[in-house]
Amino acid sequence: MDRTDEKLLEEIADLHGIPEGSFNIRKNGKLLARNSDTDIEIVSKTDKDGIDIIVKPGVKNKSVHIPVLLTVGDFRDTVYNDFFIGDGAEVTIIAGCGIHNATCSDAEHDGVHTFYVGKNAKVRYVEKHVGTGDGTGKKKFDPVTKIYLKENACFTLESTQLGGVTDTDRKTFATVGKNAQLIVKEKILTDRTDRAVTDFKVRLSGRGSRADIVSRSVARGDSLQHFRSDMIGKNECFGHVECDGIVLDRGRIVSTPKIDAVSPEASLVHEAAVGKIAGEQLLKLMSLGLTETEAEAAVIRGFLN
Amino acid sequence: MLELKNISYAVKDEQTGKKQTILKDVSLTFPDGAISVITGPNGSGKSTLIKILMGFVRPTSGSVLFNGEDVTALSVTERARKGFTIAFQQPVRFKGITVKDLLELACGRQLNTEGMCECLSSVGLCARNYIDRAVDGTLSGGELKRIELAMAIAKGGEVFLLDEPEAGIDLWSFEDLVKVFQKLHDKTVIIVSHQQRILETADQIVLFDHDKVITAGRKEEMFAALTSSAPLCWRSVKEG
Repeated sequence: MDRTDEKLLEEIADLHGIPEGSFNIRKNGKLLARNSDTDIEIVSKTDKDGIDIIVKPGVKNKSVHIPVLLTVGDFRDTVYNDFFIGDGAEVTIIAGCGIHNATCSDAEHDGVHTFYVGKNAKVRYVEKHVGTGDGTGKKKFDPVTKIYLKENACFTLESTQLGGVTDTDRKTFATVGKNAQLIVKEKILTDRTDRAVTDFKVRLSGRGSRADIVSRSVARGDSLQHFRSDMIGKNECFGHVECDGIVLDRGRIVSTPKIDAVSPEASLVHEAAVGKIAGEQLLKLMSLGLTETEAEAAVIRGFLN
Repeated sequence: MLELKNISYAVKDEQTGKKQTILKDVSLTFPDGAISVITGPNGSGKSTLIKILMGFVRPTSGSVLFNGEDVTALSVTERARKGFTIAFQQPVRFKGITVKDLLELACGRQLNTEGMCECLSSVGLCARNYIDRAVDGTLSGGELKRIELAMAIAKGGEVFLLDEPEAGIDLWSFEDLVKVFQKLHDKTVIIVSHQQRILETADQIVLFDHDKVITAGRKEEMFAALTSSAPLCWRSVKEG
């Protein structure tokens, strides 16, 4: 592991060196380091590139790190990771990927992650995408996340991309079972000519199921973002989707909601607000002694915090 | 000392296209170490005057002098750094910015729990319950007003512009509010208010009346004049 790897690991997973417990570090399409323990087992797939992460039922307060590093250009890395979370387990999964591309060829990582979450299990999944390197080649992520929640399960997805990623097309699919809950907190910042598309398809199929998707995004420079959500309520359920966007310079954010209450007992809400920073927010901060640029930075820092 | 010299402010009515005068040839002096309370009916230009003092809007004509220096052309940031501090009539809400963040931005340094307690307890809030809360719609109007005042205290300064600080604050907390003003007694404090209890704290009262004639005077003189002539605006203040 060199200094670039260490810096990326720190940024995407708050890791300072090799973590404790179960982990799997992948670099440039190859396994760099792994530790598997009895509570959280990590096994390589035999039919395709990727791993199975098996969390034993009832495991509490455990975490697993599965960061990916990509430090070369002209490389596309696709990996299939399946997570089997046992009944009643409570686990934090720190994923995330850092691309450092100093070349003029594209570097791309596509993580296809599928979560099978057992009854009463609780998962916090933290995914951070970072792009560094001053090459003209793209730094691209096209992740696909599939989530299946059994009765009473709770899944929190914290997805963050705060700059450096030139292109991303994220797809998230979720099926939420009886009394289960999906919480999504997405934060995206794009700049220059970056493009970001996020697409959520959520099926609230169980009675008492809930979903709360909150996306906060900032588009500056000439960047473009598109937020799409498609939520279906097939039972007595509650779903809330919120897309909040700040545009700066010539940035653009498009929000396309779709909510479909198939069941008359379903209650679905969509909120979206896109626009520049409110003038009164800047004035308030300037009246505290900040310059306009500092005020703008403070608003964005808080918004994406 | 803060002086307004022949300040006028006019805007163009967007519907009729006609010029609408908000302030006409206003000259006032706000002495150091004194509380001046500006009162008068809605729409008489009180908040506009505060905005002109803070630099949010530029007067159409006239000048603002601070300790003899013409600050009319200075930006909001420059005035803030010179010691102008404002508490908004309607506090601004932020997504994701916490009470702690704002207090630290206000005082320009990191604050420990003790520092937070000092600012927040002076406005009747317990720091422990508030520092990590976002300054957004999850806080009530009264809480936001108190935090707005706490921010002004945290920032400090020489000139305090408090636009209807009592709005949304329950009657039972008025004494605390008055204590906040008393703490600022060595500064130049300018308060816009309709409340008699706050008018009573004033060293000087400034009345904005319907005909835009603005008079200033010592508190006792102004009280006597107002209660004897009882113009419409004063009656509504008394009854309110």
